[in-house]
Amino acid sequence: MSEIISVNEVKKIYSVGGQEIAALDGVSFTIQKGEFVAIMGPSGSGKSTLMHLLGALDTPSSGTYTLDNQDVSAMSDDQLAEIRNHKIGFIFQAFNLLPRTTALKNVSLPMMYAGIPKTERQKKATHFLELVGLKDRLQNTSSQLSGGQQQRVAIARALTMSPSILLADEPTGNLPTNQSFEIMSIFQQLNEEGHTVIMITHEPDIAAHAKRVITLRDGKIIKDQLNKKRAVRKHSK
Amino acid sequence: MDIIELFLESLGTLTLNKMRTGLAMLGVVIGIGSVIALISLGQASQKMIESQIQSLGSNLLTVSPGSQSNGSVRGAAGSGTSLTLADAEAIETSTAVTTIESVSPEVSTRAQVIAGRNNTNTQVIGVTPAYANVHKFTVEQGNFITQQDVSGSRKVAVLGPQTAVDLFGEGVSPIGQSIRVNNVSLTVIGITTSKGGSGFFNQDDTIFVPLTVAQKQLVGSTHLTSIALEAKSAEVMTRAQDEVGYLLLERHKLTDPTEADFSIFSQNDILSTATQATSTFTSLLGGIAAISLLVGGIGIMNIMLVTVTERTREIGLRKSLGAKKKIVVAQFLIEAIVLTSIGGLIGVVVGVTASYVISTLLSLPFALSFPAIGLAIGVSGITGVVFGWYPAQKAANLQPIEALRYE
Repeated sequence: MSEIISVNEVKKIYSVGGQEIAALDGVSFTIQKGEFVAIMGPSGSGKSTLMHLLGALDTPSSGTYTLDNQDVSAMSDDQLAEIRNHKIGFIFQAFNLLPRTTALKNVSLPMMYAGIPKTERQKKATHFLELVGLKDRLQNTSSQLSGGQQQRVAIARALTMSPSILLADEPTGNLPTNQSFEIMSIFQQLNEEGHTVIMITHEPDIAAHAKRVITLRDGKIIKDQLNKKRAVRKHSK
Repeated sequence: MDIIELFLESLGTLTLNKMRTGLAMLGVVIGIGSVIALISLGQASQKMIESQIQSLGSNLLTVSPGSQSNGSVRGAAGSGTSLTLADAEAIETSTAVTTIESVSPEVSTRAQVIAGRNNTNTQVIGVTPAYANVHKFTVEQGNFITQQDVSGSRKVAVLGPQTAVDLFGEGVSPIGQSIRVNNVSLTVIGITTSKGGSGFFNQDDTIFVPLTVAQKQLVGSTHLTSIALEAKSAEVMTRAQDEVGYLLLERHKLTDPTEADFSIFSQNDILSTATQATSTFTSLLGGIAAISLLVGGIGIMNIMLVTVTERTREIGLRKSLGAKKKIVVAQFLIEAIVLTSIGGLIGVVVGVTASYVISTLLSLPFALSFPAIGLAIGVSGITGVVFGWYPAQKAANLQPIEALRYE
């Protein structure tokens, strides 16, 4: 297995009213290709900040972050946009699909920004929507889909650019339990197919689906261990 | 991601909120529409005035008597008595004047004219046959004043078509009928062809009589009201003006041109004065309309700023999926440009229609100003860029994290 993420002594300091607050206070870890990692912690632990850094949405105050052998720590806005486009597949808690836009178009969006021609985009988007079991919903707009279906559209969107990592931020936070488990089984299957999955969550039974759990508190890693009692769900398409 | 796709994206977004898009466009529609309508109307009236001045005659010079100076009291220009028939004859015969084609001495007055039970107040001009030539008059029926009429002081008159209708009614031939002007009975021998025009420029509401009749019977003086001259060509107008000027100075025993008791102005002088006045008027109208366009542009900016705030999450999402700054800028700019350009196009249609309707109602010639239309479309596009720029920059500079968190 090869190393895909290397986080070294990363600090993120915000100054709030003249006072400096370290959201991340010297965090170091590595993630290998093909891992399924859950990052846990109570609110205020710094897990959202970490997710933003891993997702190249932000840069650290100090320390280095290497993604797929590229140092992301000191990139410009446009370089970060390029990294997000090519290397990271985002899945958000609130799904974040474009409103009044079809599933097909939503899934095509990252490919559009990458400059992939329209016919190829359509083909790929259709393929990935079929993969997450939404073959019949290609032309449905977001509001015509259930929460679980919307999140599956988001997963299809995250997969289209063949990213180095899938980065999920509380992916089941807005879903009822049965749909949550449906989504988790998709993640497990994608992981089995070789995708590297990093998931931020505060729910232990969601984290239980991951192979490894990193726990944060007050901006520091307090626990980083393999998950022995892993919950496995079979994905039914 | 190419420009066509961005364009289609913008169209898609704009059709999502039709009401707002329509209202934002309305400002530009009104702005562009009024620019075009007002400029077209201005140019139409300019055209009309020009054609009327042109119809007075070509290469026309007019000599008017200077104002009478009596001590420090100066009378109105043209009220003088310094021009005589002898002056006119001198211009015609002098060897020093080589550039004049024909000379038309004129005496004009306003008089009450009676024909049977009808009467009208109109302009009566005492003329020689040269008048028709210099002022480009033709007769529709009968004949114009002839040399025999003038030398024999024959009591005849040629009517303008408007006067003929006023005195004798529509469809009646007045030839051979008699009219009374200041108690002088005149026989109608001709009707001139209509030249069109209205108000001050109405050349159709005139009566022409032999110069001698006008001088002796109607005005009772041997002075001329003006001498109209036709120069041989447009190129020699200035020379003609000088030649006639010096001849008259010499005849009036004056040495200093500033003391001249007459003035000579060419049709070009009148034309350029009138053109200047109407074009000032046109730019004034255009300026007022441009203000409404500016207000329309600010309306667009306002809507775009609201849109950026409203779509903060969407912008954050697009950026997190890899949209670079310039793509976001382009998206919002194109939206603004599409908004203003479509507004501009509709505005052109509205403006052209409005100017057509108004010019028809005011019976002005319908002048479509293509430069104004081109300019208006260009300006509407530029309005989009100018007023879309700030909102687009604002959108592009949103931090994706902040934008995604925005509720």
